[in-house]
Amino acid sequence: MAREMVSPADVKFPGVSSSNEATQYAQLSLALDRRSFLKCAVMAGAACGISAFGEPCAALLPWAGGSAHSDSQFTVEAKFYEKLQTKKIKCKLCPRECVVGDRERGYCGVRENREGIYYTLVHSRVCAAHIDPIEKKPLFHYLPGTLAFSLATAGCNVNCKFCQNWDISQARPEQVPADYAPPQKVAELAKQYHCPTIAYTYSEPVVFSEYLMDTADAGHDAGVRSVVVSNGYMQTESLKAAYGKMDAVKIDLKAFSESYYRNVVVGELKPVLDSLVTLRKIGKWTEIVYLVVPTLNDSDSEFRGLVRWIKTNLGVDVPVHFTQFHPEYLLKNLPLTPVPTLERAKAIADAEGLHYVYIGNVPGHPAQNTYCPKCRHLLVERVGLTTSQMLIRKGSCPFCKQPIPGMWHA
Amino acid sequence: MKKTEGTTRRDFLRTCVAGAAVLGASGRLEILAAEQAPAVAKSRVVIVRDPMLRGAGATVDSQRTQNLLDHAMQALFDVDHTAEPWKKLVRPGDLVGLKVNALGGRAFSSNLQLVEAVCERLQEAGIKAKDIVVWDRDTEELERAGFHISDAGNHVQCFGTDRAGYEEDLVTYGSVGSRLSKILTRNCNVLINLPVLKDHDGAGVSMALKNMYGVIHNPNKYHPNGCNPYIADVNMLPDIRTKMHLTVCDATTATYEGGPGYKPQYSWKNNALIVARDPVALDYVGWQMIERKRAEKGLKTLEAEKRAPSYIATAADSQHRLGTNDLRKIAVVEV
Repeated sequence: MAREMVSPADVKFPGVSSSNEATQYAQLSLALDRRSFLKCAVMAGAACGISAFGEPCAALLPWAGGSAHSDSQFTVEAKFYEKLQTKKIKCKLCPRECVVGDRERGYCGVRENREGIYYTLVHSRVCAAHIDPIEKKPLFHYLPGTLAFSLATAGCNVNCKFCQNWDISQARPEQVPADYAPPQKVAELAKQYHCPTIAYTYSEPVVFSEYLMDTADAGHDAGVRSVVVSNGYMQTESLKAAYGKMDAVKIDLKAFSESYYRNVVVGELKPVLDSLVTLRKIGKWTEIVYLVVPTLNDSDSEFRGLVRWIKTNLGVDVPVHFTQFHPEYLLKNLPLTPVPTLERAKAIADAEGLHYVYIGNVPGHPAQNTYCPKCRHLLVERVGLTTSQMLIRKGSCPFCKQPIPGMWHA
Repeated sequence: MKKTEGTTRRDFLRTCVAGAAVLGASGRLEILAAEQAPAVAKSRVVIVRDPMLRGAGATVDSQRTQNLLDHAMQALFDVDHTAEPWKKLVRPGDLVGLKVNALGGRAFSSNLQLVEAVCERLQEAGIKAKDIVVWDRDTEELERAGFHISDAGNHVQCFGTDRAGYEEDLVTYGSVGSRLSKILTRNCNVLINLPVLKDHDGAGVSMALKNMYGVIHNPNKYHPNGCNPYIADVNMLPDIRTKMHLTVCDATTATYEGGPGYKPQYSWKNNALIVARDPVALDYVGWQMIERKRAEKGLKTLEAEKRAPSYIATAADSQHRLGTNDLRKIAVVEV
């Protein structure tokens, strides 16, 4: 499940451009044009709750209108499974390979065997839809200062004890309010709201892969890109098929130990590492988030092991975000990650030679910015969830011409 | 529904002494007199059977089911009359929830006739019909199992958690964090558990303890590792632990393989009920019943198939103490 927290209510859009917050952000805008910056700042403010509607998706899914939906609207045969004897199936979406009997569901709770045919129950069944700055994902090397039409369905294929969105990720689809949002409508709305990107996020997009694939296709047809925020706990073939359609991927690498994955995530580390390698092989732009949880995954040796693995297997240009843990869900007994711990992680990664190491969930920290790894000039300045300055030109540092990897311009 | 004629204490004890049996560690039966197994020291598990439960038809007979339940309850509480056990269990004004298992459709869910028999006796013990709620996870599943849905008026209530919803707040114990059905938290202070005796491909077997997965919002999260320790942890959640007063396991039709779904080829007409106040002891005894049927059919033990229900031992361990799986502390009474 994702670290990116879904805000408690949806945003009203537009109508908050005169807010003090927006004005404050606007004064910091240097390289972005005023219109782009204001759009981003408005949405960042809205995400923080400046203006909200009571109904989760009502503002962004205007056709939904609170009408009753039938289960059949959301039920589509799953793409990744094999049929077994006696009407059982084996799910081939994630490494769990759930063997599911007739009228039973897999671990994720959103896929059901009906008479030997496996169905996803969450196609077009959107339980959260928001417009977020792309920096909120976080994707720092992908179209900075732009907006992402962000959506989620219920369900997840792991059960992280720190999940911020457990109320949707750990729920069955029928347990959370949702609206019908078919792929073409999502693409249309993304364009309507000036979002160059659709983001699949908040819960765990692995479990709504079919919807993600169809929506990515519809988006590309309409000139809208797609990114996914995922745990990467997926089989190689399904990963290639689904995330192969993405323009960028953010993977939550939750620790660098199998015991943590087993006890805190209820998953496995190895398949996630395999996914990262696969994404690199297929040339997919990928950023990594590592949520630093006090006492559980914050040792120097674990940081070092992680960083060395990344350097060896993915290269030094992969952005890595060490983010601050907030007590949530089943880990309310632990404190916030101390900022010095995050800085220690970054120092180790820097020392090992990674080029783009960020500190996340700590507003105002200088390690939110992008610096040229060669001449050390500030290239992208970020304030809160917005980009206030973007100096990269044609994918390079304007001062020393060092190529800066990423997708910088639409 | 007619009230069953009372059985005298002497007749009843004679039946118990003649039929009382305790399963040996190896699964064989040892005859043990009821007097040698004082209830104060042991968890009593009562097994009642009626070979004629179905008569000539496929469905169980209502009156015979009522009689079977009465015999079981009298044996469990060691009393002579049909109303007495229920008066020990509930008081007028109680809100009583009957947690059935409706996943198996008409063929393999908690029997309607059994549920009606329980409702009958509860009302005789002074519980108003409207204060009884028959429930499971999903209203549609209840309907498919043959239950008449009702959530208003002075009738017995019957609906799923999908109508009532789950509590917003998470409750936790051990490895489990879940939201509880509002039917459990708000509509009942006494919980009577009515599971079905079945094989389960993940957990090994499914009876009393496993049936509580129907109370939480996220049971799909708790099937890895043979549901261990999750089933035990779920049963430790305070609303479940404090409210569950009785288990009446419907073993009229049971499965020994292919579960939890209903596979007729792996089922048998057992024509029995298993009743206990200790859910761990009941699950242990039910497990042995399934093992005996598997042996009879030439199947390997669940242990050999690497799906022995290890959660039963966990439920009995020092961290849970939900009951006992120690045969020396279980009195199995066959009537």
